[in-house]
Amino acid sequence: MKARVHVMLKNGVLDPQGEAVRHALGSLGFDGVGGVRQGKIIELDLADGTTEDTVKEMCEKLLANTVIESYQIEMA
Amino acid sequence: MKAAVLVFPGSNCDRDMKVALEQAGADVTMVWHKDAELPKGLDLVAVPGGFSFGDYLRCGAIAAQSPVCKGLVEHANRGGYVLGVCNGFQVLTETGLLPGALMRNAGLKFISRVVPLRVTTSASAFTEGYNAGDVINIPVAHHDGNYYADADTLARLQGEDRIAFTYETPINGAVADIAGILSDNRRVLGMMPHPERAVDEGHGGTDGQALFRGLIGQLASA
Repeated sequence: MKARVHVMLKNGVLDPQGEAVRHALGSLGFDGVGGVRQGKIIELDLADGTTEDTVKEMCEKLLANTVIESYQIEMA
Repeated sequence: MKAAVLVFPGSNCDRDMKVALEQAGADVTMVWHKDAELPKGLDLVAVPGGFSFGDYLRCGAIAAQSPVCKGLVEHANRGGYVLGVCNGFQVLTETGLLPGALMRNAGLKFISRVVPLRVTTSASAFTEGYNAGDVINIPVAHHDGNYYADADTLARLQGEDRIAFTYETPINGAVADIAGILSDNRRVLGMMPHPERAVDEGHGGTDGQALFRGLIGQLASA
């Protein structure tokens, strides 16, 4: 089984990389991009029967820094 | 006075740290990250700068989970002294020994130059060799030194006089221009600038000496 973890900077935490991407899109002529937030996706190959709670523990302990980041888990 | 310097794969300021501590009179042991136990009787553990584990995932995140960091946290919880510089500061926030987090520099560039720092408090073993308000010149070399703390944490740091150093002019977007902070027992210091790179005339400046001399002087007499 697999799980996919989306890690994003929390709302309210300035994302300078996203802001640089927004500028670059503007200079390529893509008008109307109001904001860009950049995050990461972490795919996990897991032993069958691994629970979402275990993945949540992985996020809390390592995969996300919950001071600045939020995460979402997709079990598949 | 016994000190240990932690070494992770990718640490690159570990030997500079050892030299700076020894120059100030410490007896220094290097400790590899896989060692689950620190040497007995340590007064100080230093977490050096560099790019531990290639900065993978987040700066300091993997190092913070390494076996030696269990010993580091126990040392700090027993009231031991800890100095984290640059990547070491990132490791300390990732272990939770210090609040907040270090993010990518607001200007996105790696910054490597000597910057003026204001010593915000002299009330710690690390900063007692300075006067509060002193401006000292210390090199910075980082890509992720943009200190972030939420409003409550920032208010607590300010209210408890736990901001050790601030940048005289903003360089990396850090909240309140914070360059270094202390733990609530004032025995853990994390800072982005490199005092160990300013302890010898050959470095171009010696403003970091007072940190090591003050710290080791105080621990040796304790």
